[in-house]
Amino acid sequence: MNIHEYQAKGLLKEYGVPVPRGSVAYTPKEAEDIAKELGGPVWVVKSQIHAGGRGAGRFKQADGTVDTQGKGGVRVVKSVDAVKENAAAMLDKVLVTKQTGPDGKQVGRLYIEEGCDIARELYLSMLVDRASGRVTVVASTEGGMEIEEVAETTPERITTIAIDPAVGMSGFYARRVAFALKLEGKQVGAAVKFLTGLYKAFTELDAALIEINPLVVTGAGAVIALDAKMAFDDNALFRHRAIEELRDETEEDASELEAAKHELNYVKLDGNIGCMVNGAGLAMATMDIIKLYGGQPANFLDVGGGATKERVTAAFKLILSDPNVEGILVNIFGGIMRCDVIAEGVVAAAREVSLHVPLVVRLEGTNVDLGKKILAESGLPITSADNLADAAEKIVKAVKEAA
Amino acid sequence: MAVLVDNSTRVICQGFTGRQGTFHSEQAIAYGTTMVGGVSPGKGGSQHLDLPVFDTVEDAREATGANASVIYVPPPFAADAILEAIDAGIELVVCITEGIPVLDMVTVKRRLEGAATRLIGPNCPGVITPDACKIGIMPGHIHRRGKIGIVSRSGTLTYEAVAQTTAAGLGQSTCIGIGGDPVNGTDFVDSLTMFMDDPETEGIIMIGEIGGDAEVKGAEFVKATGNAKPVVGFIAGRTAPPGKRMGHAGAVISGGKDTAAHKIEVMQTCGIHVADSPASLGSTMLKAMGG
Repeated sequence: MNIHEYQAKGLLKEYGVPVPRGSVAYTPKEAEDIAKELGGPVWVVKSQIHAGGRGAGRFKQADGTVDTQGKGGVRVVKSVDAVKENAAAMLDKVLVTKQTGPDGKQVGRLYIEEGCDIARELYLSMLVDRASGRVTVVASTEGGMEIEEVAETTPERITTIAIDPAVGMSGFYARRVAFALKLEGKQVGAAVKFLTGLYKAFTELDAALIEINPLVVTGAGAVIALDAKMAFDDNALFRHRAIEELRDETEEDASELEAAKHELNYVKLDGNIGCMVNGAGLAMATMDIIKLYGGQPANFLDVGGGATKERVTAAFKLILSDPNVEGILVNIFGGIMRCDVIAEGVVAAAREVSLHVPLVVRLEGTNVDLGKKILAESGLPITSADNLADAAEKIVKAVKEAA
Repeated sequence: MAVLVDNSTRVICQGFTGRQGTFHSEQAIAYGTTMVGGVSPGKGGSQHLDLPVFDTVEDAREATGANASVIYVPPPFAADAILEAIDAGIELVVCITEGIPVLDMVTVKRRLEGAATRLIGPNCPGVITPDACKIGIMPGHIHRRGKIGIVSRSGTLTYEAVAQTTAAGLGQSTCIGIGGDPVNGTDFVDSLTMFMDDPETEGIIMIGEIGGDAEVKGAEFVKATGNAKPVVGFIAGRTAPPGKRMGHAGAVISGGKDTAAHKIEVMQTCGIHVADSPASLGSTMLKAMGG
C-alpha cells in the first residue's frame, strides 16, 4: 500500500526524521492559509499523487491534451498570492508524469511547504533486499535523479548496506552511509540521527519501501528529507490500523479494489482474452501461453485456493467489466479440490452473468471426467480443454472466429 | 533415496487442530506420511486424528522423536511458529502459510543462520517424495515415484510439472515448493545442490518467476557443476507488465535484471533447457535426457 508524500513526512517526523514544515491543502483557500502560517519568503506547492516525476510532469488541458509548455506538478513560488493562484491552477487537474502513464492522475490534494536552501541533493532509500533477506540501505550522491538511471549510468555512485536485524541501525552502519554520501563535520552526526529514525520507522511500521529523493544538505548544514515516498507491506497492515486509515482509494485502480474485496488478485492488461486461474505462477504462465499461441491476455487473475461459486462469479464479473474481453480461459489445477465442484461453480457463475463470449475451461484434479460432463451438459457455450496447450489453442481460435 | 523426506521422516503438524491442519493432516496420513502428532497450544494432552496433541513443539519432539514439522498457522502467528520449531531443533520445517509479513521473515531468516533447521517456504505447497512422504497441500495422486527432481516458486505450476513428468513416464524423485515470498528459507541453489547429489534424481526441473535474482544464481550454480545433470527451466511472467505486483509478493518486476527475458537468457547461457511453454516441461525434459 502506498501513501502520499505529506502523509509519509508526517509519519517520519514522529520518528525524529527532519522534514521541512508544511501542510496539506484541498482548496486554494486552504493553500493560502497555510502559506500565511508558514511565513515564507519562499513556498513550494506540490501535487500529491502516488507517482514520481511530478516536477517534470505536465497537466492536461480542457481538450485532454497535455500542456507541454505549461508548468510542472511541483512549483516554487515567492508570494502568498502566487501560492493561491498556483493551487487553483493545479487542483482537480490531471497530472501526467513519466510514472503515471498517458492517462495521468487527478490532483486532489496539494502539499504546501516552506522553501529550502539546497546545498547538495542526495539519494537515500530503505527496502527489504530479497538476496540478503535483510533491510538494506541504498545511498547515492546523485540525488533528484531516478535511482534506476543512476544504477545504469554510474553504478559506482551507489552504496548498499544490509542491516543485520539482530543488531539494528547501529552507529557504524549509519556512519558508513554518511561517509558514502560524502558528508562531513556535523552533517555526519545529523545523518546518523536521520538514519536511526528512518530505520525505526521502517521496522516499527512494517514499511516495504522508504525513499528519500532528494535527501538535502542545506546551506546551514542540516540534513533533511525534501521528498519522501513510503510503501507498506500489505501482509502486515493487520497490525497497523493507523496506516490503513491513510489509504487514498482514489489513487487505486477500481477493478483491483473490487478484486481485493473478494480476495482475488487481479491486474488489468491490454489484451482481449480474460483469464481466471488458481495460483499466481500458473496465472502468469497462462498469460504467457496465450501470447505464445498468438493471443493477448486481458488480465492476470488468481482466484486462490478455494474456487467457490461466489468467488468464481465475482471473478467472471470482474473479467467481463473490461469491455475489451472477447473470450475467457479458465485454468484450474484443482489438485485436492474436486473438479465437479469447480465445474458446478463455473456453470452457475456463467449463467448468473449471462455469459456472451466464448469460454474455454481446463480442469485438472480429482473427478475430472465428472467435471467435464457437467460442463458439456450445461447447455452453455463452454468448451472443455484437455491440457494447458489445448486450452490456449482453443481460446485463441474461438476469439479469432468470433471476431 | 530422493531428498529431504522419505519413509523415515517423522512429521508433526503445528496448527494441528485448525481447519487447514486437520484437513491436510488427514490427507497426509491417507497418503502414507508418518505423522506422529501435532501442536496446538492449550490443547496439549488431547488426541486429534488418533494422534497426540502437544502444547509446545519441544514437548512434541521429545515425546514423538519428530524430525520434521509442517506449519498451517495463520499469518500473524506463523513466524513465531517457525521460530519455535527452530528453537526445538526440528531438522526440517515446512511452512505452508501465505501472507506472513516480510519483516517477520527477516527475523526468521536471521535466526536460521547457523541453526540446525532447514526451512522450506513459506507460502509454498510443501515437499513430497512420491510413495514415501507428503508434507503439504499438493494433491498426492498426480505424483509417480521416478527420476525427476522438481523445484519451484509457484504451487500450481509445480503441479503442472508433476502432471507432465508423470504423463511422460519419468516420475519424480522429490518435489520442493520453495514458495513465492521475497524472503524464504530454501532457495534454488540449496535445492539444486541436493538434487545434484542425489543418485535417484537424473534430471531437474526448475520453475521460476519474474522478480529477484534467485533463478540467476541457480542457473550459475548449474553451470558451475559442469551441467552434471540435465536441467529444464521455465520462467513465468514473460507477459507481465513492469512495476506490477502479480499476486505473489515476490513477483514484481522492478529493475531490468529481474525480468523473465533476462532470466531466460542467463539460463540458456548456463546450459539449461528452457521450455518455451508451460505445457512443454515434460517433453522438454524427455528431449534433454534423450540428447
